Amino acid sequence: MAQMTMIKAITNAMQTELKNDENVLVFGEDVGQNGGVFRATEGLQDEFGEERVFDTPLAESGIGGLSIGLGLQGYRPVMEIQFFGFVFEAMDSINGQMARMRYRTGGAHNAPITIRAPFGGGVHTPELHADSLEGLIAQQPGMKVVIPSTPYDAKGLLISAIRDNDPVLFLEHMKLYRSFRGEVPEEAYTVDLTKADVKREGKDVSIIAYGAMVHSALKAADELEKNDIDAEVIDLRTVSPIDIETIIESVKKTNHAIVVQEAQRQAGVAANVVAEIQERAIMHLEAPVLRVTAPDTVYAFSEAEEIWLPNEKDIIEKVNTVIDY
Amino acid sequence: MFQVLNENGEIVNKDDMPDLSDEELKELMRRMVYTRILDQRSIALNRQGRLGFYAPTAGQEASQLGSQFALEQDDFLLPGYRDVPQLIWQGLPLYQAFLFSKGHFHGNQMPENVQALSPQIIIGAQYVQTAGVALGMKLRGKKNVAVAYTGDGGTSQGDFYEGINFAGAYGAPAIFFVQNNYFAISVPVEKQSAVKTLAQKSVAAGIEGIQVDGMDVLAVYAVTKHAREHAINGDGPMLIETLTYRYGPHTMSGDDPTRYRTDELNDEWEKRDPIVRFRKFLEEKGIWSEEEENKVVEDAKEDIKKAIKEADNYPKQKVTDLIGNMYEELPVNLQEQMEEYKEKESK
Repeated sequence: MAQMTMIKAITNAMQTELKNDENVLVFGEDVGQNGGVFRATEGLQDEFGEERVFDTPLAESGIGGLSIGLGLQGYRPVMEIQFFGFVFEAMDSINGQMARMRYRTGGAHNAPITIRAPFGGGVHTPELHADSLEGLIAQQPGMKVVIPSTPYDAKGLLISAIRDNDPVLFLEHMKLYRSFRGEVPEEAYTVDLTKADVKREGKDVSIIAYGAMVHSALKAADELEKNDIDAEVIDLRTVSPIDIETIIESVKKTNHAIVVQEAQRQAGVAANVVAEIQERAIMHLEAPVLRVTAPDTVYAFSEAEEIWLPNEKDIIEKVNTVIDY
Repeated sequence: MFQVLNENGEIVNKDDMPDLSDEELKELMRRMVYTRILDQRSIALNRQGRLGFYAPTAGQEASQLGSQFALEQDDFLLPGYRDVPQLIWQGLPLYQAFLFSKGHFHGNQMPENVQALSPQIIIGAQYVQTAGVALGMKLRGKKNVAVAYTGDGGTSQGDFYEGINFAGAYGAPAIFFVQNNYFAISVPVEKQSAVKTLAQKSVAAGIEGIQVDGMDVLAVYAVTKHAREHAINGDGPMLIETLTYRYGPHTMSGDDPTRYRTDELNDEWEKRDPIVRFRKFLEEKGIWSEEEENKVVEDAKEDIKKAIKEADNYPKQKVTDLIGNMYEELPVNLQEQMEEYKEKESK
């Protein structure tokens, strides 16, 4: 075991898989000698060479196409989009192409591609760096969307993503990169891409969250405990497809639920979680399932992040609403 | 413009005459005639409702087949939606090409010996993917090339430029074809760009580009052969513009070319017909006859009849097939839906 930040755990996962499988290739803008704009790929080119870890021209659609083509030659591409706000340039490569490869070729070909991209607010980035756009890809059949919130999950989920023979979008929250350390085994291990994780057990209300909001939910749960409200915090980890079983089991126990996301109310995946709960557990609910989200505006100018991003106060307020319903 | 054979079937460029045996020359002719018949029959079958999506190919035989003829079996094809003939001559069974047209997934299941994707509908996407396939071949040390086709309109896409630029930056073994038939549906090539040739767009990627008479099968073959050697020798990709023409509409989905093309223009291009020109050349050499051609026509019609029957009789698709093709391991939502549809299909 070692203490690692999430970014170190991510680097460690790529290093593990570059070692484990010679078909793994890591590429993107500045991921080579520079080691990535966040140092996520630091040292990898020196260790594995320019044929395994390399820079690309500055063109996201081209990077997506490159991954698809390399996948067709038996490689296992791990491509990086420098900031997920730039995904619009690569939407056809992702949703129009790699997501459909296995289906459109009737299984003759597949796209064993992992797309890594940072996103997320709270660190005062310039325009179109922090936007939460997971909802766009979560709507595309053929894709899986994974968002870790801890160093341990990040490593295990990324190794699973790289080993998956279908395309996986792996979104890394910038605020979580270096904000804390956690125990991470040195050796290879995987975390199941189909399972949510109960980060805190409780009996009064289920708080379903992902990304940076998991930590806000955990802080809120500590506050709520002071008022004798025992919250269960579920970290979705994979936001598409969602782990319905874990969610429903929790809701049947607590009879109250809220869903927390950093994305705007009209975006993200919270509406889907609410819909699944009402279809499968409506008779167990003592109150409607409410959502904590950002307002439906364009992502905030950086000075306005604090008043715009959802936080633990918003979570506490919503929990009180459903408990007192 | 690079040319070997003029409109009268005369060799105008002896130095670049490709080294092809009489048998190979006849095979090229056979394929062009066969493909012209395939186009005529496909249009008829489409009108009868026995085929679905179809993009006519008549006029482009030299461009499509002359290029494919220069490839090896393990080269990888990334065709556009009009490039079904190349797939067929690379080994895709005819009935599967018909299933592609009708909209059945089996039409896209390339046999193992055919290194190709099914026709790409998103114009330009095949170009960025080709750069990736070619880089993969380079990293694997293969002596093969990745080959993409697009049209004149496709050269305006961002992916067109990104594809040739990536392949150039990596020195990857790719051949990029632009089949310039002067129209993107109704929009003439002058409205795509102010460039004088489409081949010169290669300059922006720092790669070689060449414009070739796309109605001259020998010229297209020679240029492709050259580009292939260039690529597998590690000298990088090439962009080849073939000047060609489609005699038919853009697709059979309601396009009416009389709205944007004149009879004079059609007549002018019919004089350059790649089959007429090559027939003259072969007859002059004394290696082609009317009987041989009629035999090809009859063979083609017979094959097409059998293939359409095979396509008609192929098992219909079920929702459970579509679900089964989505992932290696079905996620929970699809597991549930699989059960739901199995139940429906069992009734």
